[in-house]
Amino acid sequence: MNGETLVYKRPETLIKDKGFTFCPGCGHGVVLKIIAELIDEFGIRENTIAISSVGCSIFLEKFYELDVAGASHGRSPCVATGIKRSLPDKFVFTYQGDGDAATIGFNETIHTACRGEKITTICINNTTFGMTGGQASATTLVGQVTTTTPRGRKAELTGYPLRVAETVANCEGAAYVARVAISTPKYIKEAKKAIRKAFEMQIKGLGYSFVEVIAACPTNWHMTPVECIDYIENTVEKVHKLGVFKDITKGENI
Amino acid sequence: MTKVLWKGNQAIAQAAINAGCQCYFGYPITPQSEIGEYMGDKMPELGRTFITAESELASISMVIGAGTTGTKAMTSSSSCGIALMQEAISAMCCAEVPGVIVSVMRGGPGLGNIASAQGDYFQAVRGGGNGDYKIIVYSPATIQEAIDLMYRAFHVSMKYRNPVMLLADGILGQMMEPVEFGKYPYIDEDVSKWALSGAKGRAPRNLVSLHMPDGELEKISDKIFEKYKIISEKEMIVDKFMTDDAELIVTAFGTTARIAKSAVKKARKAGMKVGLFRPVMLSPFPEKELYETAKSTQMILDIELNQGQMLLDVKASVFGACPVEFLGRSGGGMLTDTQMLEKITTLYKKIGVKV
Amino acid sequence: MARIVINKDLCKSCKICMNACPKNLIKTASCTNSIGVHYAEFEDKNGECLGCALCAESCPEAAIVEVYR
Repeated sequence: MNGETLVYKRPETLIKDKGFTFCPGCGHGVVLKIIAELIDEFGIRENTIAISSVGCSIFLEKFYELDVAGASHGRSPCVATGIKRSLPDKFVFTYQGDGDAATIGFNETIHTACRGEKITTICINNTTFGMTGGQASATTLVGQVTTTTPRGRKAELTGYPLRVAETVANCEGAAYVARVAISTPKYIKEAKKAIRKAFEMQIKGLGYSFVEVIAACPTNWHMTPVECIDYIENTVEKVHKLGVFKDITKGENI
Repeated sequence: MTKVLWKGNQAIAQAAINAGCQCYFGYPITPQSEIGEYMGDKMPELGRTFITAESELASISMVIGAGTTGTKAMTSSSSCGIALMQEAISAMCCAEVPGVIVSVMRGGPGLGNIASAQGDYFQAVRGGGNGDYKIIVYSPATIQEAIDLMYRAFHVSMKYRNPVMLLADGILGQMMEPVEFGKYPYIDEDVSKWALSGAKGRAPRNLVSLHMPDGELEKISDKIFEKYKIISEKEMIVDKFMTDDAELIVTAFGTTARIAKSAVKKARKAGMKVGLFRPVMLSPFPEKELYETAKSTQMILDIELNQGQMLLDVKASVFGACPVEFLGRSGGGMLTDTQMLEKITTLYKKIGVKV
Repeated sequence: MARIVINKDLCKSCKICMNACPKNLIKTASCTNSIGVHYAEFEDKNGECLGCALCAESCPEAAIVEVYR
């Protein structure tokens, strides 16, 4: 109608009228949407090559109007390295989960950061292997019920959750490392700001950027999507704390 | 061109550079570490990419990354390292991504030893990865041939969008020989129709290896096996030595074939009609060529530095046309031409006696 | 008058948008969409919508395709 202005539009980088493949309320959708919004805003869609990973995060080519390269489980940063080293002017990012980037592929994540590869990694941390049905991963919380820890993860049996972002931040090649969450609208805005910053790091060629995003997995957390919102704030965040752990531009907080 | 003395590993590396290899991703492992060292020295000077990756799992996936953009890339490793690459190699075949892999075999199984061996034949040609796929495998017997086959590997890999392996061994990697580096003889392929470069002025593309929808993977599987048939017909290389009138033909590959050649020459001097059939392309295997050769001879003796691996392909190809015998040593053990000649002589006597 | 446009066939009824809307203007539809889900429906009889787009930003399906202010 007249006199109204459009303040939000579904990003063009998302394939039109195509839904996501995720469970209702899954955090992946929110992050994929934020990434698409930023790619539109930076105007880099035609210059971007995305690298998918293995897990719920695998289906990039089903919803993105982007060139996508696949990778073996945990090796997305290596495929991204091969691409970025071959085509340094392209915008290259990997989209991974806590299973891919922090469990099987943690060695690759760390070394990619140490080498300061000029790529960006977005790591969705929902403290579980979602695609395979909710098994415990490296970031699973102590006490968390999963299909492999049905009576709750016991530290004396399976150890403690890995603090991913803090560890990656210790790599000198990393230019920007943050952990955000996308449970509440406030957090979503902060998450977008962090991912924008990470993208800027790459566009300016300042080094490796890594954003870990705490996201809901209603199906495997056995909660409704709305219940996940408080669970993230009251429980997950206590272990996987939010914050900017490295920012070579300066210590400015998000 | 005058010949120059070169070490195998370094010659393989220089050949890759001449072939236009833009990216080298590797990891140290005896007996091929000099390839990485040589590349570490030369590639940055040429403004090309060199990375010692954190593992062979990483290095082969970096090759995939470069390959998806149509960039010439390679990795090199040995036995155990090549084993770590199998999952990714399978994915390369599914997504049809080019890349060159140099495997310099050492003693196995396990950490084995660093002696020369051929126990990774199955690993190379049968593929240690999952699913139905084939990689193209070339096996040089001399350093000169290794150079020529490296040129061919980069060309064929890009032309057919498939991983190509140069299967050498510890001897070839470590020894020195006079060689000459000719110019890279192939024209670069046009990759613009499939390579990833960013969806500018065209629809987005993807090179992935997960294909869930019904029948999608089957279509891909049939397509790549059609491709392997074409490769087998168009790119096959076999080296036959004195096989036309041979009563007994030795089959062997790599440096073992070279030693077998001198055994064949000695046998000929001793009046025995012996020949050598050496597959240079191991995968796809020269089934037809070997069958045709086997039809006109009395016996085949397969000689390998393993417990009998190419032996199975030889038997399958010969298909009963004549008996197939085997002489092998494993665990890094070497066979001399004299030992080969002894086996040839005892077997040759059996041919004379019509049973 | 601020309003939102929902592509009802993308909605999986996770109800996060309803939780995010400061004015409770999004309800669960009585009928279902093409994937058999009671989708989210925008009801704003009194024109309370602020056009803040918190719903669109929170939607995990990017099903809220436009927001006007």
